[in-house]
Amino acid sequence: MAFLDLLPDWLISHGPAFIIALPLLMGAITAILPNKKIAWGATFIVTILLVITALGIVLYNQEVGTVVYKMGGWAPPHGISLYIDALNAPLILLISVMALITVVYAAPATAAEIKPNKRAPFYAAMILCIAGLLGMVLTGDAFNVFVFLEVSSISTYTLVAMGAARDRRALSAAYNYLILGSIGATFFVIGIGFLYMETGTLNMADMARILADLDGGSRVSKVAFGFIVIGLGLKLAMFPLHTWLPGAYAYAPTPVTAFLASTATKAALYLLLRFTFFVFDPSFAYVADVLMIILVGLGVLGMLFASLMAIFQTDIRRMLAFSSVAQVGYMLLGIGIATTASVAAGYLHLLNHAIIKAGLFLALGAMWYRFGITRMEDFRGLGKTMPWTMGAFTISGLSLIGVPFTAGFVSKVNLASAAADTSWWWAVGVIMLTSILALIYIGRVLLLAYFQSPPEVGGSVVARNEAPLAMLIPMWVLALASVVIGIESTAIVDASVRAAELLLGAG
Amino acid sequence: MGELFSQYNYVIVIILMMTGLYTVFASRNLIKKLVGLSIFQTSVFLLYITIGKVKNGQPPILLEDKKHGYDDAGHALLDGPISVAAGDAAYILPGPGSDVVYSNPLPHVLILTAIVVGVATLAIGLALVVRIREVYHTIEEDEIEAADFVYNLEGTAD
Repeated sequence: MAFLDLLPDWLISHGPAFIIALPLLMGAITAILPNKKIAWGATFIVTILLVITALGIVLYNQEVGTVVYKMGGWAPPHGISLYIDALNAPLILLISVMALITVVYAAPATAAEIKPNKRAPFYAAMILCIAGLLGMVLTGDAFNVFVFLEVSSISTYTLVAMGAARDRRALSAAYNYLILGSIGATFFVIGIGFLYMETGTLNMADMARILADLDGGSRVSKVAFGFIVIGLGLKLAMFPLHTWLPGAYAYAPTPVTAFLASTATKAALYLLLRFTFFVFDPSFAYVADVLMIILVGLGVLGMLFASLMAIFQTDIRRMLAFSSVAQVGYMLLGIGIATTASVAAGYLHLLNHAIIKAGLFLALGAMWYRFGITRMEDFRGLGKTMPWTMGAFTISGLSLIGVPFTAGFVSKVNLASAAADTSWWWAVGVIMLTSILALIYIGRVLLLAYFQSPPEVGGSVVARNEAPLAMLIPMWVLALASVVIGIESTAIVDASVRAAELLLGAG
Repeated sequence: MGELFSQYNYVIVIILMMTGLYTVFASRNLIKKLVGLSIFQTSVFLLYITIGKVKNGQPPILLEDKKHGYDDAGHALLDGPISVAAGDAAYILPGPGSDVVYSNPLPHVLILTAIVVGVATLAIGLALVVRIREVYHTIEEDEIEAADFVYNLEGTAD
């Protein structure tokens, strides 16, 4: 690999520790930086370094397979280890790339949405959130997951609350998120406690081995599994536990919404995958029951209910937030069917949806930046007044519906065919139906934007007023990425199949 | 009933956990919700500490300054238990070759971290309540929702 040769040796061998330590350290430093421009610059440099390191980690992982990094040189079952395999390598790259994209976008967005004296702390919280998410995904130690989960969550609460400069409802949204998020994290840590009682270890690979020896373990590990699934369900907005999400997404500052929508729920979903298939195993009867009844059942209910809710929203950001809950349902359905093909499809949809939803939220943020748009009827004539922004919104929107030659199509087709393979024809029907619902709520916006003339203000038609370049580039990168994946999907499909094979074995 | 009393620590954990969770969901006052959340988290701390306790276990402290661990060849540097006199009693300390029972220190360390996390969450929660009170002049959820009702109908930020 040519790229790997360019990187210094220490970055390859200590990359996993570096990618967490750098943002943790810089988060503290950024918080006390006096100047908002320097704070942005520092954040920008940090995220670029993260992307480079993440690329190094992923390429190195492809070359040598699973990497176990021993923190401080302590051997795994007792020491804390960082763990990189086919399952989390794509997510590490996703989180760092999304961080870079949103930080570029944040330069003009924060100028409009955050008070000047709050901008340096804003970037500090952003970096800490990135550090927490990367830590959650990288670590191989179950209790460490909880710590990083809370690092990312606590910084997220403050980030959401910073939306108060734009809309006061951000405060109560952040408060609700804090209450439910803390309950979720506490449920998770209760689960870890029970698992520790059962296995006497915190290392995930070690837990998996001991649980397999115990053939699933006693009632203690069943209870542990229940607590972990519910705790993570709260974090990933599984259907009846999603109530914090629409508020948090709708009123947070735009870069935060885009970043959270593409990474925070995804990292929690990764943990769900890690725990159900890696630590526990679907061959245990209770795990199979939860997969079949809870994940599939709630996933399908969420798809239907949240898609319907999205149709009845007047606030576009709330609409997209409900659509996120529905898309989480697709992923849960894929995970719940629990064949290699379906888990691969769920994982693929996880990656694709991150790209799609971030693109949509970024485009929406640019519309707010220029025209203060949050509601449905404000979209009239936007195809003329902001053609480029609306173009990016359209491509990402079509991808969300699942139009051919877009990323959304690839993952939905994969998911439907995985469901059909196991003769779950009703699930294929539900996927079709919810895609039509998506067509309704996205189509409505597109119709308003392209087939209505711009509104008149003070007797003259609103003139064309395009978003600044620093906003257009990030959203177009994401829109084009979703087209590229739609046309040439081999690489990303292979990555998700590798992840699923790691969890379930080939075949 | 006797069994319940012999496992009273778990009973306390369950009572605290349910009290806390109920307070979070039943209360409409933002501060009371945070109180409930704290009680809920505290019950988990107790659960972890309960896990660490071993019946008749000693504190896992090595008092004497003796070589411990393993050398490069993997042999234990310390063979046989260490005995120490502390106060009136003589203790035998855990070590290779000893069959001394000692409490598990790991859950205590874990819960120290969790306590810090709990404090941070509570601090952010209280800070948010202060901000909410500045903006809405109330900390009752019903009144906040009523204040936002018109706001939601109009759907605008300003």
